[in-house]
Amino acid sequence: MTEVPALSVQGLSVGYTVKGVLQHVLKDVSFTIGRGEAFGLVGESGCGKSTAAYAVLRYLARNGSVEGGEIRIDGRDVYQLDAAALRALRREKVAVVYQDPGRALNPSIRIGDQLAEVFELLGVPAADRAQRSIGMLEKVRIKNAAVVARSYPHQLSGGMQQRVAIAMALASSPTLLILDEPTTGLDATVEAEVLDLIQALRREFDASILFISHNLAIVTRMCDRVGVLYSGRLVEEGPTRDLFAAPCHPYTTELLRCLPRPGMDKATAPLATIPGTLPEPGSVMQGCVFAARCRLADDRCRAEDPPPEGTAPRMVRCHHTDRLAELETEAEAPVHVRKAAGAAALELRKVAKTFGHGDQKVRALREVSLTLNKGETLGLVGESGSGKTTLARAMLGLIAPDAGGEVVLDGQVLHPDLKRRSLDQVKALQIVFQNPDSALNRSHSIARIIGRSMTRLLGLRGAARGEKVKSLLASVRLADRFLDAVPKQLSGGLKQRVAIARAFAGDPKVVICDEPTSALDVSVQAAILNLLVEMQAQQDVSYVFISHDLEVVRYVSDRIAVLYMGELLEVGPAAEVFAGPQHPYTRTLLAASSGEAPGITGAGGPQAQGCIFHALCPARIDGRCETERPAEKMVTPDHMIRCHLEAEALRA
Amino acid sequence: MTDIAAQSRASAPRGLARRLLTRPSFLIGSIVVLFWVVCALFWPVLVPYDPFYTDLMVPLKPPSATHWFGTDQLGRDVFSRVLAGARDILTVAPLATLLSTVVGTTLGLIMGYAGGLVDEVLSRIVDAVLALPVVIVALLALTSIGASMWTLLLVIGFSFSPIIARTVRASVLAERQLDYVAAARLRRENHLYTMFVEILPNVLGPVMVEMTIRLGYAIFTVATLSFIGFGIQPPSPDWGLSISTNYGLIGGGYWWTVLFDGLAIATLVVGVNLVADSIQGALND
Amino acid sequence: MLVFAGARLLPGDVGRAMLGPFADPAAVATLNHQLGTDRPLLVQYVDWIGDFVTGDLGQSYSYRAPVAQFLWPALLNSAKLALVAFCMVVPLGILGGVMGALYRDRAIDRILSVTGMVATVVPEFVSGLVLLLIFAVWLHWFPLSATAPADAGVLTQFYHLILPSIPLVLILFGYIARMTRTGMIEALDADYTRTAILKGLPRATVIRRHVLRNALLPTISVISTQTVYLIGGLVVIEILFRYQGIGSLIYTAANKKDFPILQAGIMSIGVLFTIMTILADLLYAALNPRIRFGGDG
Repeated sequence: MTEVPALSVQGLSVGYTVKGVLQHVLKDVSFTIGRGEAFGLVGESGCGKSTAAYAVLRYLARNGSVEGGEIRIDGRDVYQLDAAALRALRREKVAVVYQDPGRALNPSIRIGDQLAEVFELLGVPAADRAQRSIGMLEKVRIKNAAVVARSYPHQLSGGMQQRVAIAMALASSPTLLILDEPTTGLDATVEAEVLDLIQALRREFDASILFISHNLAIVTRMCDRVGVLYSGRLVEEGPTRDLFAAPCHPYTTELLRCLPRPGMDKATAPLATIPGTLPEPGSVMQGCVFAARCRLADDRCRAEDPPPEGTAPRMVRCHHTDRLAELETEAEAPVHVRKAAGAAALELRKVAKTFGHGDQKVRALREVSLTLNKGETLGLVGESGSGKTTLARAMLGLIAPDAGGEVVLDGQVLHPDLKRRSLDQVKALQIVFQNPDSALNRSHSIARIIGRSMTRLLGLRGAARGEKVKSLLASVRLADRFLDAVPKQLSGGLKQRVAIARAFAGDPKVVICDEPTSALDVSVQAAILNLLVEMQAQQDVSYVFISHDLEVVRYVSDRIAVLYMGELLEVGPAAEVFAGPQHPYTRTLLAASSGEAPGITGAGGPQAQGCIFHALCPARIDGRCETERPAEKMVTPDHMIRCHLEAEALRA
Repeated sequence: MTDIAAQSRASAPRGLARRLLTRPSFLIGSIVVLFWVVCALFWPVLVPYDPFYTDLMVPLKPPSATHWFGTDQLGRDVFSRVLAGARDILTVAPLATLLSTVVGTTLGLIMGYAGGLVDEVLSRIVDAVLALPVVIVALLALTSIGASMWTLLLVIGFSFSPIIARTVRASVLAERQLDYVAAARLRRENHLYTMFVEILPNVLGPVMVEMTIRLGYAIFTVATLSFIGFGIQPPSPDWGLSISTNYGLIGGGYWWTVLFDGLAIATLVVGVNLVADSIQGALND
Repeated sequence: MLVFAGARLLPGDVGRAMLGPFADPAAVATLNHQLGTDRPLLVQYVDWIGDFVTGDLGQSYSYRAPVAQFLWPALLNSAKLALVAFCMVVPLGILGGVMGALYRDRAIDRILSVTGMVATVVPEFVSGLVLLLIFAVWLHWFPLSATAPADAGVLTQFYHLILPSIPLVLILFGYIARMTRTGMIEALDADYTRTAILKGLPRATVIRRHVLRNALLPTISVISTQTVYLIGGLVVIEILFRYQGIGSLIYTAANKKDFPILQAGIMSIGVLFTIMTILADLLYAALNPRIRFGGDG
């Protein structure tokens, strides 16, 4: 290859100085990105992927420093440039799209002016800048570009903000485009559109891409080649398809197996897990970085850092690539999943919730009726603003639903106010919150957090309480030594175990799991899902499992409910919801999660009249869907779809 | 990139003491404060002369070997009076701070936790008090009820409470959004338990910082009020009071009657604020 | 903008609702200050008028004239002093804060923050006294009193006011510099600043266009709320420098228990404070698009 690569990183080591101690977060990382190539850098939190991206830009945090190696963009050594040359490089050769577009745009400058700044730097005459900016906005498929150009960032949705950021990045036609988790935090449908846009523009602008992500599926979709980072080390690299089809490193192999895949559910097999937890960034390790968690590790792995091996285009750092087959253990026997009994554990009858009043009225929930059977898991799927958390809170009694709605537990109508519910009713309904950092009181010890629930809900005290806390901790696989720890001494996965233990402290009948794994890394997620399945099998509880991750929902759920803007559009057995017949919205959602750009038309806010989804629906019946709210339609005895289309049309 | 920064936040609470001791500003500040605390407690054995003893034979003598800081109009030894002057201010100011912290924290907890009308009404009162300078509020109150150690303590204690209440309220509002508060509701904890056992420990950091800052202001305010005659009353050797009785003399060049008192006040407030800054810094590390 | 200002003057916690629970506490504080200020004072005022009409007027006092006759000249004098102090401290404080943030953790920053802290925490009468000793008593550069001869011109008046305004400047400098520094650092560390730098903009442009504007917003609130404390300081300074302002008026009234004057003086401070906060809010709103376009931010 005589061609100068767009980016070449050789032996990059980066460290941060924390309290006077240098901690290495990237160790000897090398990769190159050819012209027009898209290279993905994947890894879990703390692996150093963002650090790598910002090291390339020579923009490290104040306490960060490059300890070794060389970075060349378009042949130029980034760290040898003087200030002016560095600015020129950033101006012309390299651009970035950031993770959080709402914060990456200046809140007090109009969109158009922020974009025009790029053209100003490129020497475009002042008179032409506004026009060029609007042209760029149109390129990123923003319809009323002139209006958007006059807006301030806070007036745009997250998806729009990210389009603006992409427009800003591409305005200078950079050689290298760095995408730092560009769709994290966006809804699935918006994410799919943004990715589709990036794909299209990438061809048009002929930019090389460095794509930073924790999401393996997205990287697979977007990148030609991929490198896997673990604890600051590039453990494996190769063409995306080859690498994910036949990973050579134990970490990649195990990581891929942790993900729930189509066709798997809790009754067939528990998810594979990787033992241990992610190392703290910057922790000092001898030998292979993955040795502590690797099932193939031996003394050599713990002593000797494996050198890069393999023939181009594959690279792997492992002493035991020949023994990968040993990881192929027999699938563990699935836990005995109890058959869901027919009786209803929890029933929602026309639960609605309106926030605010007067003109500011927001209908967060519209007369949702749902049944959760005993021993069953009901998956609750929806994007942000769908009302899934509101629904969870209304069930728990944390917020009172509008008059007319009822929550029924075991045949008894629950009082909307938590304080007026009986102790048994309060005990019966518990929750595992999304973010354990928020859910666990950071000043209380683990023993106290769980013990207090037992005292309040079961009336346990003293030794009896201590015993029960210990046995509960054991059942969530937490060692006794954590009893006196406070939450911040635990890793994310362990904290979530504590939260699960607390939810089970009062022997609940229904546990609501509100995105219980979305704050966790993939390698930790599987273990938590397995634990939840196991707890359900032992304790005979019903779950309402809220998630935006369709694969996860499919794995754990018996039935699935789909919410959109507060309206329940569909509820039915998991397999049927995934296979069809489906609501057009469900189909859109599924398409988005498998990478297709949804054929969504127009922009849709909440619709006052008719079907809630009509503005965006690809299968809209003009004249009917805008005006008439569809009735609940039972396509099979157990499968409801709220749509005007006929059952056959829903199947197509 | 932020992981490392986040990590440093995660050290154990007892690390706070260690982190404080490595800060030079904390060490300097606490030495100065300690010096004045020792003076306030043990001045009777430290002073070379009785600070109240008037010797009309030696009025307004400049600093010398016998009277290090000179003498005042009544021939009292300025050095002894400066040491003894720490007593009253270091009694009133810390007690007033303690009072305002207790009242303010309770108020802030109630405002932030209860929300709604309770918060609305209390916030109005708090804002109204804060709209006037503390010195003016204190002046008005002390004019009405008369100045004494106790009234001074009460007036400063209560006029500082609103600002502490507001800080605590802001922290409580943030805490109340967190799921552990919802979790407490889901096991039917009563409001008092949730406020004082669940939330309070998590807002103690800001309370501590606010308290040390308020201590600095309390000293500031006591000194100022004493200077304008509404604070500590004669014959106390208090610094502000001393300056108030003697500053008319500076035109005549009798600088020693006021300068040392002024420096005493300055070192004490600076010392307290160095400590406050260090605590704040150490908590944010 | 007028609608905006009007809406905030209505009862109801509009300020907090608009800025959200995670808004800058200083900003929320300003709004709420302003929301709650005038009413209770008005209530007091009404009570006072009631007493005034029905009860004793305090005839025994040396002043047998309407309060206004003392109030206006005093306010004018104080305004002169405050203006001199203000014109010095605002640019200095902002400059100090900006410098501190730009040279964060370096020597300049350390020196600025320590001086700022010392200046802010030492009571005005102490710093005033030291200044008097050095510049008036020993060096004779400035007069002992702030009051200029009756027929003095503007320059002479200004000359007399320099020394007394310095303690006020010192007190406020630390506040303003610290708030500016915090705002600057927040803006410098913000993601949008990173965007601007990585666009390839020169550092000076980044700071001028992207950082300063966002950084100075909280400072505006601070300046307005701190005005009140400046008035508190006026009492002391006017006594120390023998100056006939609102501070010494209140002081004299307090000593003589001349409640009508005391009440009127304090009332005027409340009114002044309200005006300042409204001005600050208007300025804040003018610079902050999130507020200008209503509460959708």
